[in-house]
Amino acid sequence: MHNERNVIVIGSGPAGLTAALYAARANLAPLVVEGFEAGGQLMLTTMVENWPGFRDGIMGPDLMAEMRAQSLRFGAEIIEGDVTSVDLSKRPFTLHVSGKTFTTRALILATGASAKWLELGVDRKLSGRGVSTCATCDGFFFKGRTVAVIGGGDTAIEEAIYLSKLATTVTVIHRRDALRASKVMQDKAMATPNISFVWNTEVTDIKDLQKGEVTSLVLRNNQTGATSELAVDGVFIAIGHTPNTALFQGQLELEDNGYIKTFQGSRTSVPGVFAAGDVQDHIYRQAVTAAGSGCMAAIDADRYLAGTGH
Amino acid sequence: MASDKVKNFTDQDFGESVKTGLVLVDFWAEWCAPCRRLAPTVDQLAEEYKGRLTVAKMNVDENPMTPPNFMIRGIPTLLLFKDGELKESVVGLADKADLARVIDKHL
Repeated sequence: MHNERNVIVIGSGPAGLTAALYAARANLAPLVVEGFEAGGQLMLTTMVENWPGFRDGIMGPDLMAEMRAQSLRFGAEIIEGDVTSVDLSKRPFTLHVSGKTFTTRALILATGASAKWLELGVDRKLSGRGVSTCATCDGFFFKGRTVAVIGGGDTAIEEAIYLSKLATTVTVIHRRDALRASKVMQDKAMATPNISFVWNTEVTDIKDLQKGEVTSLVLRNNQTGATSELAVDGVFIAIGHTPNTALFQGQLELEDNGYIKTFQGSRTSVPGVFAAGDVQDHIYRQAVTAAGSGCMAAIDADRYLAGTGH
Repeated sequence: MASDKVKNFTDQDFGESVKTGLVLVDFWAEWCAPCRRLAPTVDQLAEEYKGRLTVAKMNVDENPMTPPNFMIRGIPTLLLFKDGELKESVVGLADKADLARVIDKHL
């Protein structure tokens, strides 16, 4: 493998792998740095029912395996590992990946977003002890037990539906009085007998740190201020995501909320650096929009390289 | 795919298997994507610490008795035992350097 590249893609979710596919088909021989959470968020889902072309749905991990194979088929190279640092201040750009150094003329950032924690402190300490951000990973341990899901978006409702097949009861705790999840998901959840909802409510504490396991949640109604306690064996946090932009801080323009700013398609504030997928999108955040923006980034990178005498 | 340096523990032999020396056990399941992700790292640790550390996997689907004893509620979980005593537990994905640091403390 040579270390001086035309295009390096950081990230291997739908955005990164679609960028790699298009860059490979444009004969740019892209290198993909997969990252720690290879395959992205879809690796943690079950059935994806809104990916066009699969009328019966496709399993998230299967979809990602197909995308990976497809990009390899056209000549993309994929390496494991996380990027530990990038230098966008001079050209070619420099990247360090698990002790190796690469340079590249164009860079596509598709590092995605990771699940948010409550930031109570106690939630991270009880991670793997009853607190989880991944129902498909950890739901297994709650067969015949009671769980809560915190959040009201698609992820929260998908997790609740998944957990309802394992746990005896699933309580969805949401800080608003209505769900943000798609109508189809909402209807499914409402029709599931062992899923119940607690509205206008926030979690202020998780017990029991002393015991090292989850025994209950302390809740506060944000309309009335009333507090209560809900006994559960497990709690799944699905309150959204934060963009994985720590690597780029101070090197290119970010939005106030940490997402990468893009201009005219996928261009970032640094010429030659492009961004795609959830790392630059806090509005749509769909697999199909991520893939679409990955395609845009590859085309933009190709044109950039052509203009700089590729 | 798994390294032949990595053993497979079961509910039946678990107690006996962790009794002596330094033993790292990877609790996993077929359906767990992060577990598949961690597997190569565990294999590498088995190679690199050969002779100094026993590395084993335990499939939580096939072995329902042991995980509850350690209050495992999420996988992957790595437990490190020294002479039968639980010394460390690492929940979720971790990179090799971090795991090596945890192991080195007990060598």
